[in-house]
Amino acid sequence: MEFWLEPIIQGILLGGLYALFAAGLSLIFGVMRLVNIAHGDLIVLSSYVALTTSVMLGLHPLAAALIVVPVMALAGYGLQRLLLNRTMGNDILPPLLVTFGLSVIIQNALLTFYSADPQKLKAGAIETASLGIGPVSVGVLPLIVFMTAVLVIGLLQWMFYHTALGRAFRATSDRQDIVQLMGINRAHIFALAMALALAVTALAGVFLGIRTSFDPAAGGSRLIFGFEAVIIGGLGNIWGTLAGGVILGVAQTLGAKIDPGFQVQAGHLVFLIILAVRPRGLFPRID
Amino acid sequence: MTEALLDIQRLDAFYGDFQALYGVGMQVNRGDVIAVIGANGAGKTTLMRAVTGFLRARPDAVCWKGRPIGGMRVDQIAALGIALVPEGRLLFASLSVEENLMIGGQLKRKGPWSLKRIYDLFPVLEERRNAPATSLSGGQQQMVAIGRALMSNPELIMMDEISLGLAPVIIRSIYEALPGIIGEGLTAIVVEQDIAKALSVSSRVYCLQEGRVSLTGPSGKVSHDEISRAYFGI
Ligand SMILES: Nc1ncnc2c1ncn2[C@@H]1O[C@H](COP(=O)(O)OP(=O)(O)OP(=O)(O)O)[C@@H](O)[C@H]1O
Ligand SMILES: [Mg+2]
Repeated sequence: MEFWLEPIIQGILLGGLYALFAAGLSLIFGVMRLVNIAHGDLIVLSSYVALTTSVMLGLHPLAAALIVVPVMALAGYGLQRLLLNRTMGNDILPPLLVTFGLSVIIQNALLTFYSADPQKLKAGAIETASLGIGPVSVGVLPLIVFMTAVLVIGLLQWMFYHTALGRAFRATSDRQDIVQLMGINRAHIFALAMALALAVTALAGVFLGIRTSFDPAAGGSRLIFGFEAVIIGGLGNIWGTLAGGVILGVAQTLGAKIDPGFQVQAGHLVFLIILAVRPRGLFPRID
Repeated sequence: MTEALLDIQRLDAFYGDFQALYGVGMQVNRGDVIAVIGANGAGKTTLMRAVTGFLRARPDAVCWKGRPIGGMRVDQIAALGIALVPEGRLLFASLSVEENLMIGGQLKRKGPWSLKRIYDLFPVLEERRNAPATSLSGGQQQMVAIGRALMSNPELIMMDEISLGLAPVIIRSIYEALPGIIGEGLTAIVVEQDIAKALSVSSRVYCLQEGRVSLTGPSGKVSHDEISRAYFGI
């Protein structure tokens, strides 16, 4: 029993990280129907920004997040206003292609500035600290990541349903044209959505960098994990995204328990099964 | 003579290569209720889309209080105090009735209209305030669409076929609410297929035919014959 309990708990906690990967992806798709192929690379870019910030200022990576989050949010706003908004229209293909190009550019820029050597954010004792809960021991860091994910998703949910900005996001998602009749500048709303998405992405990047080593090519698989969590959970349901992340995380840790080489494949397999059985995900938005 | 609130002059509008409006002119003074009539495809909705900024217009083709506004962004034009009740209502489906009204008030322009005033005007909306807007009946949805436009406290409200697809009894009740709306010093442009309805609420009528103004005059003075000629082009 304990043999399975530990990987399941680890998987649930890992799911928090995947939910953070997925939340930004889900947010921008939800608000503006933009499929951001560069999302994984933006996560890795955040890890590098955190690396530079923590090394240059001598900060703990978690403290560096206080700088990385607003920096990435600002970058997101600029990216949307200056580049992506110019590609938005009835056709979803142009923005998709531009984010694909962006992905290539980010990877090559990182390669130029930081080389291909794997890097890691050094967080000290917290990396190995653990709590004994009953028969199992739980890592403190994964616990922090998971609780952050729950908090972030709770805040996003609250923002969406209880603030004027959230109302504008939902209205924009419904009718991009008519929302402008309400005096809402669509370009600004899109940019705010991207800023918020990249703020969450920045957190994900910091946690990723503390948890594992990363290199300029690490974005691709993060994008895939994020996509899988969104699709498993069901599009348009932010709590579903957390559930999707958890399911993916548990599938991966159980897979690794069976055979270490089977970790990622187990996640893909569960994703494919769910996609086959429930094409709209487990908890699609009811509408 | 006072300056027109909205002055449309030689307005052309295009969908790609297709020209939908040809040199349309219209003067709207403060307090006017203008009726715009015309057959299907005459260009009534296109005129609304050009005024609200959805379609590109030459800057001086649309003037607001003497200032050229053609080609401005839709949200900037809305902020001036021009509201549209769009054809087909086009409510926000994932917002509740009340949220649809509140987003209409997002501009926070000062004026008489508030949630409470809208609920006084259409009490049924208060009962259904938390329901998803698109779960309401057609008539109630039209009330939400009108309320949403009023919530911005506009100076000019344009209503595009508010009776489309509604039962006669519902249409009557919505039109009965109109004097209460327009009595607030509002200026209105009412697009309507029902000629008798249009003439009865308006002070002046414009008839469009194939993208051109085919007739204009005081609503009380245009004759039946003139209208059918302008309407059908016979
Ligand atoms: N999106 C569009 N693309 C191309 N042509 C359009 C478009 N919308 C309208 N048209 C054309 O422009 C002309 C005017 O259409 P418009 O919708 O303004 O007419 P209308 O007077 O509002 O008609 P209705 O009474 O049916 O609402 C029509 O010939 C129509 O086919
Ligand atoms: Mg029309």
